[in-house]
Amino acid sequence: MSTQTPCSGPILEIDKLSISFFSRSRENAAVSDFSLSIRSGEAVGLVGESGCGKSTVALGIMQDLGQNGRIVGGSIKFKGCDLQAMSATELRKIRGNEIAMIYQEPMASLNPAMRVGEQLIEVPMIHDTVSRSEAIRRAREVLIDVKLPDPERILRSYPHQISGGQQQRIVIAMALMSKPDLLILDEPTTALDVTVEAAVVDLVRELGAKYGTSMLFISHNLGLILETCDQVCVMYSGEAVERGSVEDVFDAMRHPYTQALFRSIPLPDADKISRPLVAIPGNFPLPHERPPGCNFGPRCTYFEPGNCDSHQIPMASVTNQTAHTTRCVRHDAIDWEADVASDATGSQAKVGDVVLRIDDLKKYYETASNSLFSRDNKKVIKANETLSFEARESETLAIVGESGCGKSTFAKVLTGLESATGGKIYFDERSIEKIPIATRDKETVGQIQMVFQNPFDTLNPSMSVGRQIIRALEVFAVGSNDKDRRHKMLELLDLVKLPRSFAERMPRQLSGGQKQRVGIARAFAGGARVVVADEPVSALDVSVQAAVTDLLMEIQREQKTTLLFISHDLSIVRYLSDRVMVMYLGHVVELGDTNQVFAPPYHPYTEALLSAVPIADTSVEKNHIVLDGEIPSAINPPSGCPFQTRCHWKQAVQDNLCEHEVPPIRDLAPGHQVKCHLSTEKFAEMTPVIRLAGE
Amino acid sequence: MGIFVLKRIGVMFLTALCLTFVVFFITNLYPNLEKIAKTQGNFRMSEAEVERYLAANGYSQPILLKYAQWVGIAPGWITEIDEGVRGRCFIGTVSSVEKPTSRQYCGVLQGYWGHSTVFKEDVGPLVIERLALTGKLMFWVLLLMLPSALLVGVLAGMREGSKTDRSLSAFSIVTTATPEYVSGVIFIAVFASSAVGLKWFKGTATAAMEDASFANFFLPVFTIALYGMGYIARMTRASMTEVMTAQFIRTARLKGVSFRAIVLKHALRNALIAPFTVIMLQFPWLLNGVVIVETLFNYKGFGWLLVQAAGNNDIELLLAVSVVSVVVVLVTQLISDIGYAFLNPRIAIS
Amino acid sequence: MEPLSWGTIVGLILWRLLPVWLALAILLSVSAFYKRRLGLYGKLYDSPIGLFGFSLVAFWVFVGLFGAFDLIITHDPLTQISGMKNKPPGTAVASASSDDFGYYLLGGDNLARDVFSRVVKGAWIVIQIAPLATLFAFMVGITLGLPAGYFGRRLDVALSFLSNLILAFPVILLFYLLVTPEVIATGLPSYMATVLFIFPIIFSAILLNSRFHTRPKLRTPLLVVVLGLFLWLYTSLISEPGSAIQILPKFVDLFDISGGVLVVFVSVVFVNAPTVFRIVRSLALDIKTRDYVAAAQTRGEGSWYIMLWEILPNARGPLIVDFCLRIGYTIILLGTLGFFGLGLPPESPDWGTTINGGRKLLSIYLHPALPPAFALLSLVLGLNLLADGLREESLKD
Repeated sequence: MSTQTPCSGPILEIDKLSISFFSRSRENAAVSDFSLSIRSGEAVGLVGESGCGKSTVALGIMQDLGQNGRIVGGSIKFKGCDLQAMSATELRKIRGNEIAMIYQEPMASLNPAMRVGEQLIEVPMIHDTVSRSEAIRRAREVLIDVKLPDPERILRSYPHQISGGQQQRIVIAMALMSKPDLLILDEPTTALDVTVEAAVVDLVRELGAKYGTSMLFISHNLGLILETCDQVCVMYSGEAVERGSVEDVFDAMRHPYTQALFRSIPLPDADKISRPLVAIPGNFPLPHERPPGCNFGPRCTYFEPGNCDSHQIPMASVTNQTAHTTRCVRHDAIDWEADVASDATGSQAKVGDVVLRIDDLKKYYETASNSLFSRDNKKVIKANETLSFEARESETLAIVGESGCGKSTFAKVLTGLESATGGKIYFDERSIEKIPIATRDKETVGQIQMVFQNPFDTLNPSMSVGRQIIRALEVFAVGSNDKDRRHKMLELLDLVKLPRSFAERMPRQLSGGQKQRVGIARAFAGGARVVVADEPVSALDVSVQAAVTDLLMEIQREQKTTLLFISHDLSIVRYLSDRVMVMYLGHVVELGDTNQVFAPPYHPYTEALLSAVPIADTSVEKNHIVLDGEIPSAINPPSGCPFQTRCHWKQAVQDNLCEHEVPPIRDLAPGHQVKCHLSTEKFAEMTPVIRLAGE
Repeated sequence: MGIFVLKRIGVMFLTALCLTFVVFFITNLYPNLEKIAKTQGNFRMSEAEVERYLAANGYSQPILLKYAQWVGIAPGWITEIDEGVRGRCFIGTVSSVEKPTSRQYCGVLQGYWGHSTVFKEDVGPLVIERLALTGKLMFWVLLLMLPSALLVGVLAGMREGSKTDRSLSAFSIVTTATPEYVSGVIFIAVFASSAVGLKWFKGTATAAMEDASFANFFLPVFTIALYGMGYIARMTRASMTEVMTAQFIRTARLKGVSFRAIVLKHALRNALIAPFTVIMLQFPWLLNGVVIVETLFNYKGFGWLLVQAAGNNDIELLLAVSVVSVVVVLVTQLISDIGYAFLNPRIAIS
Repeated sequence: MEPLSWGTIVGLILWRLLPVWLALAILLSVSAFYKRRLGLYGKLYDSPIGLFGFSLVAFWVFVGLFGAFDLIITHDPLTQISGMKNKPPGTAVASASSDDFGYYLLGGDNLARDVFSRVVKGAWIVIQIAPLATLFAFMVGITLGLPAGYFGRRLDVALSFLSNLILAFPVILLFYLLVTPEVIATGLPSYMATVLFIFPIIFSAILLNSRFHTRPKLRTPLLVVVLGLFLWLYTSLISEPGSAIQILPKFVDLFDISGGVLVVFVSVVFVNAPTVFRIVRSLALDIKTRDYVAAAQTRGEGSWYIMLWEILPNARGPLIVDFCLRIGYTIILLGTLGFFGLGLPPESPDWGTTINGGRKLLSIYLHPALPPAFALLSLVLGLNLLADGLREESLKD
């Protein structure tokens, strides 16, 4: 390091840090009174919803807040040295050398016009002034460390030539090149598929231990924090609200927000009938509309006027525990063990007749492979291969799978945006697979509707909320005149629990969850009987997810809708679905009741998927299954069983059968189908992936 | 790659064919032909005389036939008039006895670009001679324009919102608002007129055709360069500011790379991808500038030729001029596509 | 009478422009007062650059408007007064009667006409033609660009080829070919006008039909009225006594546009439309992947509804910015036409023609060419700055 007197102390010590962003008219406090310390070799998790300031803390540590951001109070000490006091040159010596950072979007954080090798060797060449050949040697070493196959080829590739999971490994490799003391990971796996995420998390944990690096792990996912960290700090609206060891915070939380957070996520013991999720009421406050006193006050069930909103609340140690602190004035007064006041009035809706029957459905796409000229080698993408299932009235059928599994293609065929290549879709015994949406009658169109994934994209930004719903009513020919339709529109707003005044608002004035509610209202405008919900909550914050999920299920119960719930999140699937269909590369690999799918025997892919999903419950034990490699491309699928390239059970099948033949569909139990070559004995050997410690 | 280029050249041919036909069609509209007859003959021709002139010179044939003759896939016309024989493939009127029979086809495919009615010369050599003059002009324009435009753009975009940025941006926005005929007029007024009296440069560039010097050549070069410069600089700046806010620049910064290395190693190549296409697509615009400036400064190059050809409806010269300009435009587009793929590794042509 | 001093000249010009200053002051202060309710236009008042650009543009618009009502000009822009040929600014008019203005404020040109009045009248020509021609170019570009981007495939290939064809054509060559008296005599521009001007009608018909087809009771009368009105305007526009197209009888023909102006208009639209087409096409390509477009598709909306009501409104930001830039470019094109003496009559006071007239004696007399040159520069600069301001402010949302 520089000429300064060598500093000492914990790796990182943040004390009462406040960061603000300045716009033309006002100062927005992004982070206030934030303290944290990381000791050598320790992994600390920073958890909170979007906009709570967790990424700002990371950038603050890096002293890279841009032109508008400024540290307005407190200090950040790295090994005892004040980072704010450092000059640009001194900072440059620390950045990438002693503190390294890993980001959310691997593709965006690599330079698209530079070869991977060049980007890697830059680090040691700057910080250790080694020769080029020495730098290349080190880069090769690190690439092997992050388990990338064929490091020579990777060094010569451009970022776009390698897959997302590999890109993230390269970003990790780049961060580890100079063996930093502190690694900051900002949502490093959010953009990745679940099984790929599991492998990356595994890698990070392993390398952290190997290099003895301290880590600051930023995530919105409590399960991930549990799997990676020793200490955790929960943030809400710019402040740390609770801090302590993972066990303390997860099992004996002492802040109402932490508690509410845990109650709103679907843990294995949640059940939509007996133990439904509890959504946090209200909305996240924007920086300039924070309430006096406790920021969480207005949404808190333990709120006490005059006490909680009278003064700034400091962090305080929880009684008898020095390492566990909370920003709640009433933490001693609250009965933390009390059960949730359950308003579980919902009863299991009776599943009715078959509404939708899919029989041997196929959807192939043709692509002119390299668009520009070659005409002859057109490739066929088999997006859906022999899909067969039934869905009944009032039933929730979850379709689970990672990217490229064909779930979205199926939704397109069902809604008539694409027509099927083969097979049948019966809707009330009428076959509709070849009828494009333009020639479907209004009734059918209105009865099969979709709820989309991205709340920021689902509404037309230049049309008021009311107008968009009325338009749907017009198209579905609901109501005879404008007045009628307006009335119906207001009823739909009531249905999705939005105030009627929202009819006049523009989408940009709504929060993500509210937009998603409008999307749901629009989908139900034509009296939908089948609703395809394509990851409707995955882009929402945890606390909002619960509310939207509950709403969707409530409407479904009332309207006896068949809900096809597409998701990659097994926790929520387990919570709300009646039956589950697991898809991989266009094939249905497993189909059955929720209980059948979540208990052995599993399809090997389901087993891996279950193991990959992080669960925020300290009492859960999991079998550790990490899949190798990435999901193959649908353009070039493997021969035989689609899953054979990554399957753990492949050796258990004789004669390399998996590589040659697509497995047949087998019934393991009534209504439980699996597409696998494994013998019945092998299936019987399988043990549950997830076990609650008490069992 | 090879197939890509071939395909583009095919499209280029098709485009050139379509465009020349359009030019052919418009120039062969009857009022235009009438104008030729009257300028070649005299302005008091009667209608019958015009008809006779047109028939004698092959203008009265069906348009597709005439076009085919120009391209060289139909035999050139031969008409017999009182004084003898006239034909596409030879000049003037000859007696029917000495009618040359050696060349039947004489069109572009045979390398014959026709005869200019204004300059009384063969079009081919005429165009090449003028093109060379314009080439000289363009060479200096590009030499002045490109480095300064890119430099201005990169310097401005490097630190968005800084004082350098503001002043350079103001400069480039003013230049984009100043077309050549405005800046040229202002420059002549300030630097060349006897009224202001600076007289640093010459107000005409006619002398520069033979012997270019700083005094007689700088103003036309500068006038063209300035208008294009602002546009390219603005594009470069926009591209540069966008790249400088990209996540991978932050990655580089947090790797400890110095600002200088960030700009030179990480940002520049990415930032030049967009302006590169702009520069190439700028050529058709530059052609406009050339025409204006050559007219304004009386520099008798390709642009001046275009004005003469168009103003006098000199059909074959006009066709040759349009072929050349279309080819210039399309070739630059091709180069821009190939160069884009070269600069941007994400777009692989093959 | 003595020639005026420079100070007096500036003072007198500022005084002549009094109506413009008043109008500007009213417009700016009223808008600044209500800026919070004026959307994107209101936000312009937060951006110094955009506001400056807007003021420049508004200045010239008011100059043009008041000039058209003969408020600002001091002399008739076409009248030649003997003895005033090439006279320097501030020269007194010898033969002035008592109610005439006594001076040529910016001097006389080589035909002894008042330069100041010509510049003011020229503004009127520019602010009439440029925005309207740009608007038409946008209509054509949008009507073709949306389906090209939305449907893609062969339609896209064909339309893109066509637009590249026009773009590969050197603008000046095109002008020289189209804008000549001979070509006007053949009626070719009139036919082109017939084709180009039908786009706004198609555009509005589809726009209204796609929106209201679910409510036939409202749709049918609305379409009849709007289309009737548009068709009347359209036929009046293209039909002109003595030209190739003469459909309407004289008494219902609303206005006549001389062949010269029409051909200028048509060729400017023709040159601009392909660029607009390309912008709209790429915007449509981008926006059609959004979920709200998918939502409209799953409720069975027609393609044109999706293009015009789901895609187009959300592409408006970049389009508005480009609209401002394109008006500036159109003004430059108009100037180019005038500079080469194409289209508009040689005595026309538009800026390009005036610059062309003044450049011939430029090395001796500066005053006839410089005022229109600076006028054109400042208006285009204003539009560019306005576009910059709009872009900046629309990104801030």
